[in-house]
Amino acid sequence: MIIELTHYLVLAAILFTIGVFGIFLNRRNLIIILMSIELMLLAVNVNFIAFSQMAFADLAGQVFSMFVLTVAAAESAIGLAILVVFFRTRGSIAVEDISTLKG
Amino acid sequence: MNGFEWAQMYPMIPEAFLALSAMVLLVSGTFPAVVRSGLIPVLGILAAFTSCIFILGMDWGLAGGGGETTFFVLDSFAAIVKLMLLVGVMASLAISTGYLRLENLREPEYTALILLAAAGMMIMVSASNLLILYMGIELQALSLYILAAFYRDSPRSAEAGIKYFVLGALSSGLLLYGCSLIYGVSGTLDFAGIGTYTDQNPGDLLLLTGLVFLIAGLAFKISVVPFHMWTPDVYDGAPTPVTAYFSIVPKLAAIALLARVLFDPFAAVEDQWRPILWFLSASSMILASFAALRQDNLKRLLAYSSIGNMGYALLGITAGSVTGLGTALFYVLIYMVMTAGTFGCVLALRRDEREITDIPDLAGLSRTNPYMAWALALLMFSLAGIPPLAGFFGKLLVFQAAIAEGMIVLAVIGVLTSVVAAYYYLRVIKVMFFDAPKDPLDPSPEFARRAVVLVSVLFVLFFLIKPAPVLEMTDMASDTFFYEAANDG
Repeated sequence: MIIELTHYLVLAAILFTIGVFGIFLNRRNLIIILMSIELMLLAVNVNFIAFSQMAFADLAGQVFSMFVLTVAAAESAIGLAILVVFFRTRGSIAVEDISTLKG
Repeated sequence: MNGFEWAQMYPMIPEAFLALSAMVLLVSGTFPAVVRSGLIPVLGILAAFTSCIFILGMDWGLAGGGGETTFFVLDSFAAIVKLMLLVGVMASLAISTGYLRLENLREPEYTALILLAAAGMMIMVSASNLLILYMGIELQALSLYILAAFYRDSPRSAEAGIKYFVLGALSSGLLLYGCSLIYGVSGTLDFAGIGTYTDQNPGDLLLLTGLVFLIAGLAFKISVVPFHMWTPDVYDGAPTPVTAYFSIVPKLAAIALLARVLFDPFAAVEDQWRPILWFLSASSMILASFAALRQDNLKRLLAYSSIGNMGYALLGITAGSVTGLGTALFYVLIYMVMTAGTFGCVLALRRDEREITDIPDLAGLSRTNPYMAWALALLMFSLAGIPPLAGFFGKLLVFQAAIAEGMIVLAVIGVLTSVVAAYYYLRVIKVMFFDAPKDPLDPSPEFARRAVVLVSVLFVLFFLIKPAPVLEMTDMASDTFFYEAANDG
């Protein structure tokens, strides 16, 4: 089987959807949400690299994916830091416990 | 490297200066004496002011990039929006100094993060390339996540930070996916190249899917319905000066970025994006005005108010005309002035050394603190759109622009929802003026906060006398996109 552009796009779309659903359906743990966010960003990277390599002989997409990787690292660092702050004040990282603010 | 020159970095000087000053402030914060002196927010205001001067002194027709691609532009639209942003930054720093001192939140990181977020927003406004757009959004968003969770000992602040982070990251993901699809069909990240592609293939389904993702991601940042869920919780939980910053500044940057994306590369598919914006605008106006009716917390009330007001601003963009965009900017400008004044008052609402944010606690404020009550009352009247205050003209012009483009239904929805919205603004006034008074507030004599409130009240009151300069400025900004189109024929 020859792997074509479409295959990469379908793979990226599936990964992205899993990421989005991981955020909404997960009721247990905030770490899983961070993992889902990472999955979404990496799915986008697959898209960018596939487009830049298979569709156009253009490096811009690959450069973009390097930037996305960097931002993803910064984002998880900040996400985990906020998570630690939340854990210190609440003693839990369960999704159900994010419920003080309502209305 | 194809001919990199330092001259190409020239349009970025104001942003670079702001980011550098943030770092200098961070380093100077390692000296306890500097932090204790309370000098850092003042230096932050000074940095934003200097950045304003840079923009005023620069040529408003610059583009920076490498080789054939443009990354970054400083046209009159970008320059004017940036000036508005920086004034908002200065105002929100000025009103928060007293609060930060009283709540013992004097970390230098606060000012540094505000400046970094401002630099991110300015990059957003100038972006002329999907990569720069994304980097600007992330710089702004990452700084704002930290600010929302800044009050580390408060569970509510931490929760606001978590909620903002998760939903903000989701929105960045959506936006990024949209960017990848747009890149995938057009083969370029450059706005000009995307514009050429859109002109030739206006019916490309993948391109339109990408555009929808992009609009969804930006709608999160502007917080319009149905992407508004985070707003009330984050506004409520975040420390009040941060809430003030959230409602004064970032919305303008996101609206300006949306306008640039829609009017520059995607002008050819206007018929496709107008219904989307129509829906976003109508649903935010309706939902915000009804949801705010049952809020007893002033911060949540202002959160819904900001959702509704962004609906009105989008109404101007939906009109899709040069006047429409001009009035949308004008509307956001007036909204910024009014919110700066309102939060200037809210930040001083303290009793027994604790801040009060519940509306019933404001009872009888007109007798205990008459100046504050009158200022808040005028700002609330203006937010409700009562003539002859500035808020009325904002709404009037937006509705006019919408009707001129034949969007009668949307304008009617706007008028009706602003009648509903008037109820909750007037309720605050009723509580302040007609309910039995409680104890007086703690005195809060900061000069800077009072000055901002005073300027905002005077602007709202006397805007009627000389409206021309403000209108000319926003028109000049919106002309940027339409001038080129007119020249092309």
